[in-house]
Amino acid sequence: MSWAHVGTVILAAFLASLVEFVEALTIVLAVGTTRGWRSALIGAGAGALFLTGLTLALGPTLQRIPLTVLQLTVGVLLLLFGMRWLRKAILRAGGVIGLHDEAAIYAKETEALVRDGGGTPPLLARLDRVALATSFKAVTLEGLEVIFIVIAAGAGGLLAPAAVGAALAGSLVILAGLALRRPLARVPENTLKFSVGVLLSAFGVFWVGEGLRYPWPGEDLALLGLIGGFTLIALLAVAAVRRSTSDPLIVQLGRHP
Amino acid sequence: MSAAATALRELWGLFVEDASLTLGILGCLLIAAFAFPVLRLRDAWRGPVLFGLLAIVLWENVRRGATATRSPRPSQAPHSEPKGGH
Repeated sequence: MSWAHVGTVILAAFLASLVEFVEALTIVLAVGTTRGWRSALIGAGAGALFLTGLTLALGPTLQRIPLTVLQLTVGVLLLLFGMRWLRKAILRAGGVIGLHDEAAIYAKETEALVRDGGGTPPLLARLDRVALATSFKAVTLEGLEVIFIVIAAGAGGLLAPAAVGAALAGSLVILAGLALRRPLARVPENTLKFSVGVLLSAFGVFWVGEGLRYPWPGEDLALLGLIGGFTLIALLAVAAVRRSTSDPLIVQLGRHP
Repeated sequence: MSAAATALRELWGLFVEDASLTLGILGCLLIAAFAFPVLRLRDAWRGPVLFGLLAIVLWENVRRGATATRSPRPSQAPHSEPKGGH
């Protein structure tokens, strides 16, 4: 197992988890500011607890699955997950579909929560079922994706580095959220999703190959070649999409209009 | 019950958004698993050929997605983010 492989696993888990944590934070912040922090944090904490229980329950089962079966299964799921992200990031970068806007999502979520009977001064609010359910759901759904990413990226016996990457991303987002108390709208989300789509797709092909017992040229280093290959194809696709559209939106990777 | 259905729907949505992309990927994987051995493709070429097939599927899907979205009404505003989309 080379350092290039370990480093790529950490990076993939970090970047992919960063995106998921930012999305969960946006919802929890919207709940906290409109319906009260107590309910928002209890809901988020319950979500985190549920995910911990799920991981502890399923973790030992994963270890009993033969490695090649695990690699093949995870590879297929990673390809479906990663190429879906990559396709969407390409279409966004090409100006075909709108960017994912955390500030807009925050505003929309806040408005919906207020409409549902919010407006109680946040610090005085009692336990609120809507707030609990909303933040629980946000943390659980985004957290499930993080767990999948960690398992998938670390499928070749590298669960610990993948978990470290995800934990770093989680800590970073929580600290930024505590400091700013507003959505992390400046995170270049499409660039992150583009990079993550490339990394997960490359891991997907690599694991499928390993699961089918194909000998990769260069062994683990083939992963870097796959990352380069997907990056090239994706950048060419962005350029082609921009050229083909009659009124392209001026959207660049990492730059919101 | 509805919570479980929602959870399953969200889980499904993690992997499947565009049916043609999903079918294209699965088609490539079936070719890799069953056709490569029959075609007696050299072992060292199998991984790179699988990558090539997937790259073609991605390219074609993006091209078609861009055409389908923009061609009918080119002056239309960009599509909004589907709920829970990534």
